[in-house]
Amino acid sequence: MAVRFADPFDALFRFQRALDQRLDSDWLEDVTTGTGAFPPINVFQQGRDFTAIIEMPGVRKEDLSLEARGNTIRISGKKIVHYGDNASMHRRERVAGSFDRTITLPVQVEASRIAADYRDGMLALTLPRAEIDKPKSIKVD
Amino acid sequence: MALAQELEVQPKRELEKKEESTTPVRRFVPNTDIFETEDALMVVMELPGVDREHAEITVEDNVLSVSGRIDFSKYEKLQPVYTEYNIGHFLRTFSLAPSSIDEQKISADMKDGVLTLTLPKAERIKPRRIQLK
Repeated sequence: MAVRFADPFDALFRFQRALDQRLDSDWLEDVTTGTGAFPPINVFQQGRDFTAIIEMPGVRKEDLSLEARGNTIRISGKKIVHYGDNASMHRRERVAGSFDRTITLPVQVEASRIAADYRDGMLALTLPRAEIDKPKSIKVD
Repeated sequence: MALAQELEVQPKRELEKKEESTTPVRRFVPNTDIFETEDALMVVMELPGVDREHAEITVEDNVLSVSGRIDFSKYEKLQPVYTEYNIGHFLRTFSLAPSSIDEQKISADMKDGVLTLTLPKAERIKPRRIQLK
């Protein structure tokens, strides 16, 4: 039997492939109030609950606002990029502006128990499944 | 400089490696702004999901190298259902003009996934004002 080394990078690569495979998923009914698709959202499932992880580097907590109502979550705010008065640009790749995105989840979530954790430019939303959405087993008499 | 425009997503660009790697991991190029002030060259890079402990900045042989590592452990139990962006470590390198930067005085600050590097210009290359008598 060949000796197999536990390859720490293998899990990482498989994870990246799994992310790629979900790129065309239409799981999320995207209903936007504003235009555009910023910030990009990844949705994960853990057991019966969901976690949405949203990337918005450079957005300050005070410039971000979140609203949840029923099945929809609205993420809005602005990203500010400033250079100072006497700056001479050599390269410009970052963009600044405002964003306003509403997503409709295809599952019922317990809006009162949605938790938001924002750090390092990543917003993690914990979306617990609503009680009424959980399947109830039916006893057969 | 800040326009009131609607933001668009900038999809992550993959790093085109010069050397082949031994593992098939994908790395991404962080969006970077470079601008110059009177005293320094400023390099501002977006590394979402990277915190202070996971950012590594080195200068060697006039090459500035910035790497940001993502902590994948928090994704271990999560199953992707819907994705719009990929996740991976970041890497970008810049070659600096020799003797242009005072390497000992390079400083870095990290906030909200944005790394700001201040590369102070070496005294030698600061523009000198020539006085008219």
